[in-house]
Order: sequence, then structure tokens, then C-alpha cells
Amino acid sequence: MTDHQHSQGPPPKAHSVIPGLIKGLAMTARTLARPTHTAEYPDVEPQLPPRTRGVIALLEENCTSCMLCSRECPDWCIYIDSHKETLPATTEGGRERQRNVLDRFAIDFSLCMYCGICIEVCPFDALHWSPEFEYAEFDILDLIHEKERLGQWMATVPPPPALDPNSAEPQEIAAANKPVRTAPTGSV
Amino acid sequence: MNPVLEVVLRLVIVLLAFVVMSLVVGQTEHKVMAHMQGRLGPMYAGGYHGWAQLVADAVKFVQKEDVTPRDADRWVFKLAPAIALAPYLVAFSVIPLSKTMVAADLSAGVLFVLAATAVGILGVLMAGWSSANKYSLLGGMRAAAQLLSYELPMVLSAASVALAAGTLSLTGIVSAWHPLWLLWQLPGAFVFLIAAVAELKRTPFDMPVAEPEIVMGPLTEYSGLRFAFFMLSEYAGIVVMSLLFTVLFLGGWQGPFSDSLGAVWTLTKSAIISVVIIWLRVSWPRVREDQLQRLAWLVLVPVALAQLALTAVWVVLSSR
Repeated sequence: MTDHQHSQGPPPKAHSVIPGLIKGLAMTARTLARPTHTAEYPDVEPQLPPRTRGVIALLEENCTSCMLCSRECPDWCIYIDSHKETLPATTEGGRERQRNVLDRFAIDFSLCMYCGICIEVCPFDALHWSPEFEYAEFDILDLIHEKERLGQWMATVPPPPALDPNSAEPQEIAAANKPVRTAPTGSV
Repeated sequence: MNPVLEVVLRLVIVLLAFVVMSLVVGQTEHKVMAHMQGRLGPMYAGGYHGWAQLVADAVKFVQKEDVTPRDADRWVFKLAPAIALAPYLVAFSVIPLSKTMVAADLSAGVLFVLAATAVGILGVLMAGWSSANKYSLLGGMRAAAQLLSYELPMVLSAASVALAAGTLSLTGIVSAWHPLWLLWQLPGAFVFLIAAVAELKRTPFDMPVAEPEIVMGPLTEYSGLRFAFFMLSEYAGIVVMSLLFTVLFLGGWQGPFSDSLGAVWTLTKSAIISVVIIWLRVSWPRVREDQLQRLAWLVLVPVALAQLALTAVWVVLSSR
């Protein structure tokens, strides 16, 4: 209805352009007087927030080669090779144990889309976000980073952000602080 | 001094001043525009705040391939950048910086400068016509229409000043200038400034090179050094127009200690005008083609004519 009226009526009157022009001039003059927002990156290190998704770091000791990250990866950019090793029994007559040994863990950062699903899905906290981002290469094939390189990035992983005030205790601490459950005494 | 040597010396000085001032204006545009947009602009070339950015650009342009389209009108295409740049150099050479500092003092300087800068249109039109590109042609046509429209108010407002001073000589105009002119030549000054910006094809009147519509207008097919010439001619145009505005409306070298500091006054005033022209570019959007013509014929020409009439009446009354 209103549209119809608009199309019937005369074209809207042109307002005076002068105030707008002056406003534009004032805006640019004010911006000229203020300091700029430019971050001079190569000269000045950028201040990145702690949860920046720069690169994925690997804590090799935590990895059990369970392949969950590799299977969840939407791009299939994680390569894992492992083999089983048999550990001799620690006690006399005990059972031999088997464990996975990680041979290769590589992430192809030319495929990775930085979704972070691998990090979310890892049950053992072996993968972490690091804010490090300066790992450009001249050849795309050089973007496949093996576990040694991924491990080096662990040093750049920031500590987890502090909890909010009055928040619940983290699970680990709550579990550790729980009083030891004693065997029930008295009647059943 | 040997007259031939003197002519050569003057030519060299004019050419140097012309190039240096154009580059300074270009660099000022880079930096002022950047800071008006909250950026820093060039920071690396030359070390200190990128002062050598345009020199670096020139070096880059020289290295680039100079492409001429197969269907282009070769001679016209190749000549166009020179035709765009040279008139400003010619005009620059007769504008006085101070009472004595002028390469060639002509008795009809105003006429000469306006005629010379008008030739610059030809360069753009040649570029647009010879490129064998429809966008270039459109841009060239737009440029021609725009420059013809704005030539008239520009000449009329300059005529008003010449009438007030009673002379066509640029040095004569500055000598006759009085601070009161700032007041009663103000409409003419506004008309001249707007027309000058339009003559330079700069935002808000950059219809001829409107990137979103016609790529780069007449400059679409140009590359390498020839493109750099067009860029230089834009900055040179700002220099010439600011100097001309200063001489006509702001009293050129007049100011305290004008005997010893004359050129400094002229350069300071025209530097301010150059920054204003840059400021307009950063602040305002482009006007549409029909708005552009409307502004020229319905606003600027009547105002310039009224100014001319006012000046004429004043001159007649005051000469009694």
C-alpha cells in the first residue's frame, strides 16, 4: 500500500546537499587529527587474543594414536601412522601389555580449514591451538608439517584463560578435592 | 648573461620545480588521504615515512611493459600522455611565484594559462578515442563534456578578477590585489575552485575515470610509463590550479615581508589549496553525470556571471 502511494506521489524533494558535504569534510578532518589504527605488523608484533587459531600444536606424549582427530577431520588433512608395541609384564607372572606407538603425525596446512574439530575431539588433550601464524612457505607441499614441527609449536600455546569469578571448580580439581570415600560402616 | 643559456637555465629550473612540486603534491595526497581514512599510507620507501614512494612508483612504472592495443590508433595513443602533461608545464612556466620569480612574465598571462590548461582536454580525449576500447571512449566523451562545461565558469570567474585588477597579467593582478578581494570575489573564488577540481577530473567530479562504471576511463589501456605520465599530469594539474587560484584570488606573494618572502607566501597558500583539493576527494562521493552538468550550467555559470556583473559595477563606480 505504502509502496503504491510512493510510486504515485511526486518524487521526494531533493534536500539541500550542503550540510551533508560539510559533515563529510568535518568527518575526514577529525579522522586526520586522530591517531591512526594501522598495526605496523612486520615491525610491531600483533597483539593476538589467547584463543587465536594460528596453528595446531601437538603434545606427542598425550597422543594415543586413537585416530579420532584424523577421522573427524572434514578435510582429511591429518595423517597418522602407528604400530603396536608389546611391553613386558612389570610384575612376575603378570600380563604383557600392548600400547600404540606414534610413528607419524602430520597435518597438511594447505588443506586444513582451521575448524578446530580435531582439537575438540581429542580425548587426551594432545592437540592445542597456538596463536603462531608465521609459517608461510613458498611451496604448497612444504605446508605438511610433521610431528616434530607440530611439537615445537607447543611452546607457543598460551595457558588456558582464567576462569570467571564464582565459576564452578574445574572437574580435575573437584575430583582431587573430593573426600576419599571410605567403606561404608555399620548396617547395610 | 648569454640569452640562450638563460633560456635553457630557466627551462631546466621550471622543469625541475614542476616535477618536484607535482611529486610533493602526490606524496601529500598519499599521506593526507591515508590519515583521513585512519591509515598510515606509505611507510617504507626512502626510510622516513615513505617519502620516496612516488620515486619508487616511477621506477616500477619504467620497468613495466608499454602495451599498445592492436586496434589502437598508434600515434594518437602514444602521443596522448604527452599532450595531457605538457600543457600544465607550459601553464606552470608563466605563473609568478613572487614579483621577480617568474619564468616568463606575459602581459596576457591569465588568457595564456587558461588556454594552455584547456589543451589538456585534448590529451584525455585522444587517449579515449584512440584506445579502441568502449570504456575508454565513454570516458573520453565524458571528459570532453565535463571539461567543456566547466571551462566556462572557470573563465568567467577568472575574467572577474582580471576585470577587477584591470589587467590580464598575472603579476599585475597580484599587484592590484587587496585583502578586501577575499570578500567581494568570494563567489567567483568558489566557482573557480569547483571548476578547477572538475577540470582536474578529481573526485567528486571524476566521472571520466569512474572505476565502478568504466574501468579507468580513457586510461584503461595505458600501462607503464605512459600511465605514469597521466598520473603525473593529475598531480601537476593540482599544482597549476592551486598556484593559479592563489595568484588570482589569494593575492599570490602578498603578505608580511612579501619583499623577501614572496615565493614562500605563494607556495604556502597554494599548498593549502592543494590540501583542500585532496580533502574534497577524500570526503565526497562522485556526482552523477547529469548532476555534474546541472551543477555547471545551473549553479556555477549563473554565479560566475553574477560575480562578473558585480565586479563590473564596482569597477565602473570606483573609477569615477
